Amino acid sequence: MNSAKKITKIDKIDRLIIKATQGGLPLCANPYDIVAKDIGIDAVELQNRMKNMLDVGIIRRIGLVPNHYALGYIANGMSVWDVPDDQIDILGERIGALDFVSHCYNRPRHMPDWPYNLFAMTHGRSRDEVEEKVKSIAKELGDVVRDVQILYSVRILKKTGFRLKNI
Amino acid sequence: MVNKNYQLDEIDKSLINQYQGGIPICQNPYALMGEELGIGEKDVIERIENLLTQGILSRAGPMYNPEYLGGSLSLAAMIVPDDIYDTIASKVNAYPEISQNYQRQHILNMWFVIACDDKTSTKEVIEKIETETGLKIYNMPKIREYFVGLYLKV
Repeated sequence: MNSAKKITKIDKIDRLIIKATQGGLPLCANPYDIVAKDIGIDAVELQNRMKNMLDVGIIRRIGLVPNHYALGYIANGMSVWDVPDDQIDILGERIGALDFVSHCYNRPRHMPDWPYNLFAMTHGRSRDEVEEKVKSIAKELGDVVRDVQILYSVRILKKTGFRLKNI
Repeated sequence: MVNKNYQLDEIDKSLINQYQGGIPICQNPYALMGEELGIGEKDVIERIENLLTQGILSRAGPMYNPEYLGGSLSLAAMIVPDDIYDTIASKVNAYPEISQNYQRQHILNMWFVIACDDKTSTKEVIEKIETETGLKIYNMPKIREYFVGLYLKV
């Protein structure tokens, strides 16, 4: 579980690795050797550092990142829940473990306008599919839920990847 | 940018389904993936290149947790009147610290991610946007993260 991981410091070489790979891994037979050569470190050290960053959660995963919309996942629903604060961590871990929830967080309420403290993002090929998923979350949470809403995204106004600029 | 009519074949689908989280760290990762998929290394590389070009994939490589990169991150929302919505969106988007911004169906109808490096703070950005737009920002930095990771089956 991500929340159990403690923050580990990255050093100068890690930052060079991040800068060299945050846009993607080279598409050639030996991508890690290429990155190692570019930043001037040994190929074995590069692999070890990346394995370590993966273990501690600095790298969440190394993989192919699909574009939701291109794969037909056009409905994006941010479900927000008002649940008791004294149970939030147990509930959050449980909802985060559902395979269709992509992001799950505890965030602050802003009373009286915004009473929601648990956020769970779901994606579907249609709003019906999102609503089915939200029903499953409701079932999992049970009768502690005081209120819930689904906020659908209707337009992407801006989307850029987070990039490390300074080294 | 996205080719909506692109038809994925069975091997493309296996590639996407099996490697959203598991490109191996080794000398020749694409060769290893090819062995598992029953295709050659060159074919794996060309397929990934093609899926990136078609817009089916947005990236291929490590996903870093921004928290470790020395910056700060927050989710924030605003109530924006319809008649000035696009003007406000342009003003908010003009800040380089805004990495994502979505219009959502709710009274709080603009939701954006503020991603700062170590030179600025989310608080400074929020104050600037509030002053510039005259609108209140509901700042919702995470208290705790339970899960982040998306798997989309094709």
